[in-house]
Amino acid sequence: MNGAVLRFKPLNVGRYVTWGLFALVLVLAPVAFPQGFAITMMSQMGIWIIFALSYNMLLGQTGLLSFGHAVYSGLGAYFSIHVLNMIGAGAFAFPVTLLPLLGGLFGLLFGVLFGYVTTRKSGVAFAMISLGLGEMVFAASLMFPSFFGGEGGISANRMVGKPFLGITYGPAIQVYYLIAVWTFAAVAAMFALTRTPLGRIANAVRDNPERAEFVGYSTHMVRFLMFALSGFFAGLAGGLSAINYEIVAAESVSAQRSGGVLLAAYIGGVGFFFGPVIGAIVFTFFVVYIAGLTKAWLLYLGLFFMAIVMFAPGGIASIVLMNLNVAKHGLFGRLWKPYGWVAAAGLLAFLGFVAVVEMTYHLSDTGGGTMKLFGLSFEVKSLAPWLAALATLGAGGFLYRLAWNRFRGEWDDIQRIIAEKAP
Amino acid sequence: MEFFLISLLNGVTYGLLLFMLSSGLTLIFSMMGVLNFAHASFYMLGAYFAFQISGHIGFWPALVLAPLGVAVIGMAVERYGLRTVHKHGHVAELLFTFGLAYLIEEAVHLIWGRAPVNYGVPKDLDGTLFMIYGTAFPIYRGFMMLVSVLMLVALYVVLTRTRIGLVIQAALTHPETVEALGHNVPRVFMLVFGGGAALAGLAGVIGGNAFVTSPGMALHVGAIVFVVVVIGGMGSLAGAFIASLLIGLLQTFSVALDWSLGGLFKPMGISFAADSFLGELWNLTLASAAPVLPYLLMVLVLLFRPRGLLGTRDT
Repeated sequence: MNGAVLRFKPLNVGRYVTWGLFALVLVLAPVAFPQGFAITMMSQMGIWIIFALSYNMLLGQTGLLSFGHAVYSGLGAYFSIHVLNMIGAGAFAFPVTLLPLLGGLFGLLFGVLFGYVTTRKSGVAFAMISLGLGEMVFAASLMFPSFFGGEGGISANRMVGKPFLGITYGPAIQVYYLIAVWTFAAVAAMFALTRTPLGRIANAVRDNPERAEFVGYSTHMVRFLMFALSGFFAGLAGGLSAINYEIVAAESVSAQRSGGVLLAAYIGGVGFFFGPVIGAIVFTFFVVYIAGLTKAWLLYLGLFFMAIVMFAPGGIASIVLMNLNVAKHGLFGRLWKPYGWVAAAGLLAFLGFVAVVEMTYHLSDTGGGTMKLFGLSFEVKSLAPWLAALATLGAGGFLYRLAWNRFRGEWDDIQRIIAEKAP
Repeated sequence: MEFFLISLLNGVTYGLLLFMLSSGLTLIFSMMGVLNFAHASFYMLGAYFAFQISGHIGFWPALVLAPLGVAVIGMAVERYGLRTVHKHGHVAELLFTFGLAYLIEEAVHLIWGRAPVNYGVPKDLDGTLFMIYGTAFPIYRGFMMLVSVLMLVALYVVLTRTRIGLVIQAALTHPETVEALGHNVPRVFMLVFGGGAALAGLAGVIGGNAFVTSPGMALHVGAIVFVVVVIGGMGSLAGAFIASLLIGLLQTFSVALDWSLGGLFKPMGISFAADSFLGELWNLTLASAAPVLPYLLMVLVLLFRPRGLLGTRDT
């Protein structure tokens, strides 16, 4: 631990600064980006941050790889939207502000119910069972249309109950701040959980279940508790999404959603608490922004994910931290040029690849015709653009290899210097 | 009786198809410890390859070429992908195949579009094999059964009677020893991975036109195959066989039965209105509950026999 500089008893200055900055970012983000779509996107980011962090309680902290995490957020969302409808119908009064808490409680309930069965296993068996359970809930969602709303889903109106201090949750900005407050609270709670004995023993169960058993802990119980709590936070995210979108459809318990949260958490980095926060932001950006640009966005996201799995299993967070470490030793100056070359060559290869993919898509979609790409307009069935794209891809790939080798040499040298410096 | 026989035949056909998928998955899993998430994607690729090839040179060449093509892809995936990821551990391997499943699905979108393709039963096999109590049993179902059984026999012979089969069996339990004896275990892994992919591809060739060839087929079958492997017991071929047949029969029989809880009590005059949640549960027919049954069975097996029917390891 190298926090000696910022430790100032009795206050942990570093921690207060970090959390203060986090709160400040949440508060000021809509001021910096007041456009409508930016507010929507940031609301979505908040929801995904909670969801991805709750997922990481399983994968990163307890070592449980789940392929069915959408079940808990989805069911939380369904119960929330039904409660919202009941409030709207005047069945009882309940503040909308606290609705996500109810979603969380329902997520917890199903986490307890399903978690007890599934956490008897760990590792690969757990992964398969979680997938099976996810599929089961999804299949069931189409069987009970009165609760799940069939294909169309259940919709509601969030502007119910008496306005409190003028907050009606009509304007998107009010919903954003609701999500921001809950995000801050949930992130803080999940961070606090990592500091509790349960959070610590969960790490032990992840690293070495046998030893944890020998110390006297029931690994099943630890996994079960973490699973149930993770279900709570997932349900909370689901409740927020019910308020945000005012509609919940079968898609919210689907395998796509479960896969999405896995991608988000892993891209960010499951080994670090804040990793999934980065992942959720990147993932939402993909889902909202890149998906608006191209139909092939899932392909790019999948490739990005595969690249992370193969070359940086620690996720974006580990890349950031490794570079910060280099900067801390004052050696980052040596990396600027190699990074520049890698980026330039990578960009070239990427452009070629994107061109090939987009042209293929265009061809299979329309069977020919003119298309526009990078500001150029051309006939997709003619040979020239294909040759140009493939040549760009080939040249970019070749240069990338050269640049990467050079970068790698420099990087390894720097790591060696740092390792020698260490006491 | 008629219903029973027809459903039995259909169920066994479907079960054998499932076994073609689950056998490859089980072999790969017990050998390399890798749960191949993309296994059903190979099934899908087999169907699409067969669709493409049979459009050009006919169904029979496709029956051979498509699985071979899938095998080549499978081996390349093992050689250049999984082997790189191996050093990061099993979770990374699983995630790699998970990402691969995404990519294959997107590549299928990219090349063949999002709508189902028209991959039909070949003319030579279109027709009726025999009649049972007035219901026709198509030739193609019989052909599927034949291919599956032949594959089963071939797999058995290869695993128990050939040299490479013995090496594979040995590498299942003691890879280090096999390596010490001078066998190239990574190459065996690559072959097994390719072989498993080829089996999945073959299942795709004969299953793609019996059911439907669409980009969603991988996800749909993939989850069922995982259920089969869990019920049968992780890493047990015999267990996978029994579980495949069990699930095949369960699904075929249940889709045809409109029994419901409500129906059971109807003679007694107890009934629920259909528009409430309880009413839906009450009047839910077995046929519409069919998609959920395999998963329910899985949960039951896990509760009462956590290692699966014939599983030996208790992970």
